[in-house]
Amino acid sequence: MAATDTAVGGVQPPPSALTELWQRMAPKIGWTIVSVGLFALIWEFLWLIGWADPKLLPPPHIFMGDIAAQAKNFNTAQRWQIGAGATDAPSPEMAVVITILSTTYRVILGLFLAAIVSITVGVAVRYWKLFENLTLPTITLLAPVSPIAWLPVAIFLFGIGDAPAIFMVFIALFFTMTLATITQIDSVNKNYINVARTMGASKQQIYTRVILPAILPGLLVVLRLNLFGAWMVVLIAEATGVGYGLGQVIMLARNTFNPGLVFFTIVLIGCTGFLFDYGLRMLQTRILYWVPKGQGSLG
Amino acid sequence: MTAAISCKGTGKIWAIGTRRAHEAIATIDLDVAPGEFVVLLGPSGCGKSTLLYLAAGLEEATSGEITSFGQPIAGPGPDRSLIFQETSLFPWLTIGQNVTFGLSLGGADAEKRLKVAEDVLSKVGLRAAIDKRPDELSGGMRQRVAVARALAMEPKVLLMDEPFAALDVQTRAKMQDFLLDVWRDSGASVLFVTHHIDEAVALADRVAVFTSRPGRIKEIVPIDMPRPRDPFSPEGHALRQHLTDILSAEVDRAFAEQEALV
Repeated sequence: MAATDTAVGGVQPPPSALTELWQRMAPKIGWTIVSVGLFALIWEFLWLIGWADPKLLPPPHIFMGDIAAQAKNFNTAQRWQIGAGATDAPSPEMAVVITILSTTYRVILGLFLAAIVSITVGVAVRYWKLFENLTLPTITLLAPVSPIAWLPVAIFLFGIGDAPAIFMVFIALFFTMTLATITQIDSVNKNYINVARTMGASKQQIYTRVILPAILPGLLVVLRLNLFGAWMVVLIAEATGVGYGLGQVIMLARNTFNPGLVFFTIVLIGCTGFLFDYGLRMLQTRILYWVPKGQGSLG
Repeated sequence: MTAAISCKGTGKIWAIGTRRAHEAIATIDLDVAPGEFVVLLGPSGCGKSTLLYLAAGLEEATSGEITSFGQPIAGPGPDRSLIFQETSLFPWLTIGQNVTFGLSLGGADAEKRLKVAEDVLSKVGLRAAIDKRPDELSGGMRQRVAVARALAMEPKVLLMDEPFAALDVQTRAKMQDFLLDVWRDSGASVLFVTHHIDEAVALADRVAVFTSRPGRIKEIVPIDMPRPRDPFSPEGHALRQHLTDILSAEVDRAFAEQEALV
């Protein structure tokens, strides 16, 4: 509406969707750049006056300065695989992309599996009393266990590769999300259920047609809040040697005493995590078209 | 003629058999004739809504009996529609889908649902809102949709739990006129809960005044005024005065009881 306010007297063509989006997003993007820039500037200044040792805390212009050199540390070659030549390897830049994508893939798959299974279990707990009696005590007992404690289990069960990392993401989310599902079901507006009952809905219809859509907004918020936890455990899983991934690069940087590589990877993780959250937020507005903006979406 | 809703010595004790047990209503005797508009009037927390829930079949009476057209009420039924104080439209459905929710539960096809949706929404003057979502409508419009949703079930009894309490005074007056039109057209009985004396006088054929907890019917006051009613007529004024007198005695008693508990 800001666009129409500026039209003094004359008739102005309505702004295109893209212009409107830009006008809405520009201040946000601008402040993000200012905020990150200020942080980098302070770092650079500390380096300039000699407080930040470039061997331990290399400033951004050093670790972001030579991306090609940093990328050489990302090795996703699989020479040991049958049929792969001894010199077969993606280019360093490609390797960076592959590394990011493989970590992201593990997070997405783990999130997806955890969401499906925990919603199913949570609904089943409320649907069948016997199922609740059989499972809920165990779930409640296991919920406070740190996902890190599951790491050995993941390796025992799945060895190396994608599976243990996905398992870790799944475990990190499953218990919280199951309990959250149950809480959400309990807090569904009783009027919704009563309305459905007076119109003759069966128990199954109440669950599928009323309770499920009613709990979705809250569950997506829980999912987004746990996204950061998922990123945390996936990095730890990768650091212990499940194959290549951003966590593996961090561990490599640690072992080779390469602080520049650590910060470079942190930047990659930060950007990917941010984009991921953004994507989930978009998904949220898509699925939850009925939830007014700014409500239940954390901005 | 069998009553649309008939209560004989109906009582309800919440959490019966536990230490938290408390009696909501006791020995209610009330007959609502087919097509009659009965208002339940009483102080807050006197059990008016409990009686409505019993009539809807959402709760079971713990003593006495409650029947609808001679049949004991054993559970919710499509012939008895309940309308709540808060808007209880499903936010994830369009207005059209909301009003035909009950039909879709029974598996009615899309064509039939569209026809019914258009029909009942026209009755409440919201035909154009069929594809909108609840959050795009005002509070008064949403309550009209809730009435349309109830009408789609072709109920014989409309049960209304302070449906206009959240609306401003002007909207409320409009909604009362609207409800009277709907009631006349549908021929259904209405059991309407309110704590507003003005609302009771504006709407009811008979007003059942409740005592405070446990809720009993203290007096049934017939409102023999032709509709449309003039709220400022001497008759209306006398009735309001009478209802105020009965009610304030009850409110005083409720206050005294609450103070004694502290």
